[in-house]
Amino acid sequence: MVDRINSLGMNDHGGCALHAEHLSHHYGQRTALDDVSLDIGVGETFALLGPNGGGKTTLFKLLSTSMPVQAGTLEIFGIGVRNAPLDVRRQIGVVFQSPSLDKKLSVRENLLHHARLYGMARSEYLPRMEETLSLLGLADRLRDRVEQLSGGLARRVEIAKSLLHGPRLLILDEPSTGLDPAARSDLWKYLASLKESGVTLLTTTHLMDEAEQGDRVGILHQGKLVALGSPAVLRSQIGGEVVSIHSAEPDALANMLLQHWEIKAEIRGGLVRFEHPTGFDLLPEILDFARGKVESLSVSRPTLEDVFLQRTGHRFWGDIEHG
Amino acid sequence: MANAFSVRPLRPRAGILAAWTLAEREVVRFLRQPNRVIGALGQPIIFWVFLGLGLRGSFRPQTPSGSVPYDQYFFPGVLAMIVLFTAIFSTISIIEDRREGFLQGVLVAPVERFWIVLGKVVGGTVLALLQSIVFLTLAPLAGIPLSLLGVLTTVLLLAVLGIALTSLGSVLAWRTDSVQGFHAVMSILLFPMWFLSGSVFPLEGAPTWLAWVVRLNPLTYGVAGIRRLLAIGGDSSLIPESVASLSVSIPITIGFAVVTFLWATRSARRY
Repeated sequence: MVDRINSLGMNDHGGCALHAEHLSHHYGQRTALDDVSLDIGVGETFALLGPNGGGKTTLFKLLSTSMPVQAGTLEIFGIGVRNAPLDVRRQIGVVFQSPSLDKKLSVRENLLHHARLYGMARSEYLPRMEETLSLLGLADRLRDRVEQLSGGLARRVEIAKSLLHGPRLLILDEPSTGLDPAARSDLWKYLASLKESGVTLLTTTHLMDEAEQGDRVGILHQGKLVALGSPAVLRSQIGGEVVSIHSAEPDALANMLLQHWEIKAEIRGGLVRFEHPTGFDLLPEILDFARGKVESLSVSRPTLEDVFLQRTGHRFWGDIEHG
Repeated sequence: MANAFSVRPLRPRAGILAAWTLAEREVVRFLRQPNRVIGALGQPIIFWVFLGLGLRGSFRPQTPSGSVPYDQYFFPGVLAMIVLFTAIFSTISIIEDRREGFLQGVLVAPVERFWIVLGKVVGGTVLALLQSIVFLTLAPLAGIPLSLLGVLTTVLLLAVLGIALTSLGSVLAWRTDSVQGFHAVMSILLFPMWFLSGSVFPLEGAPTWLAWVVRLNPLTYGVAGIRRLLAIGGDSSLIPESVASLSVSIPITIGFAVVTFLWATRSARRY
């Protein structure tokens, strides 16, 4: 494979699976992606986190070659998406958010059509089929019609399909959409075993705990990449602890915090929330002073949601209507 | 937005395999839906029996040797209808594939759009041919004697017509994102195209402006070709004078298929 890339005369950005430089995208007047630059290393698991409408889907469409690149550079294993989309497509597996299986066909038939669409000969796809299906725990489902499968199984077939042609980079768009918690944790177990087999993974998500599974996380907000790094590093940049208090009188409580401790708390429904370098030590004082206003209370280390809040000044779930 | 992907030379082997697999899927899906099979075979028979026999008593199109029974006149028109309806169904299947998600996977496969369109068109055409052949066996009931040459050439022309109409359907499907939207196109474009193709009534007796619409309609020549080829070994004096000759209708139908197919591949590249 490496020889093949070199023979195409492309750059292999120091073992980059994906190299994006100054990537921008517009829908008419609206800017969906704004000067995004990003490198993903071979074998890395990368999570692209952002609220709906943050630009994730646009970036996914560019990466999956569903949409042509308007501005900037996008290379996958050193192959330019603009110049050689078909060569790029052979290198990537794409798992769409909405199913791409034909429900009227069996698992086997779906895989067969995929193999032929990727120009695979019978001697190539039969062993691969067996391999990917057993990797995803689907070996006994070959003859089942897709419409008879549960959501979790169907999603796994979807992944098996996208792996059939042996892609080196797997791109997943919100892979846990519509899955129950058990199926979700299964899914991540299978993705982890893929990582072990050397596949580079890129997944978009709007779920914090899913983003935490990545070696690195990129946070997209209003088309810009506002944070990039490992989840632990990003969290550590916040510092302090996050205090959340459930209260029947959140406004009065927030006011009290401001007056007595000069803490600017944020109110969301019945939840009063603030960051403090020593949040834990503050709890007894608050309880002493405002016990009547506190229903429950928790102190936690910062999450990626807090990172998002800090980097954008917006709450993660707050501005869904924005592009 | 124009597609910024550069066009590279087509890779025929991989492309043919991809087109083959899409065409095969089209046929398998059809056979797996019994309602569709019954509908596809039942509907043209119902049209032909009820309209053909219903109008037989009151309407006899004029021919050089007198007149022709309506059910016999209508028979080639029903063949054209079968092809048209199959084309419509396979077009709806493109929209459904897009809505249900199958198409998104196909569009990121390392295959040029040309082969994807070819697969869809061939799949639709094969379905149209299967149904037409079943219906053709009823020709003797309409008083049309079948000859081997007549049947073979008719099937060939039906294949060309199938490519033309399925391609035309694809052009429309790539531009439409809902089945409802397509129903509107179907009612104001595809159905009138069939009514005004000489399938239902001959040119003789139609107002001048309407006769011109019929003459400008490319489907008219497909229907004329079927009418003439089916009459091989039979009585060609039972064909109205206004029906175009084979030397006119066959080239026009082939041209119709080439133009719509190229149009379909262009449309698919853009959407």
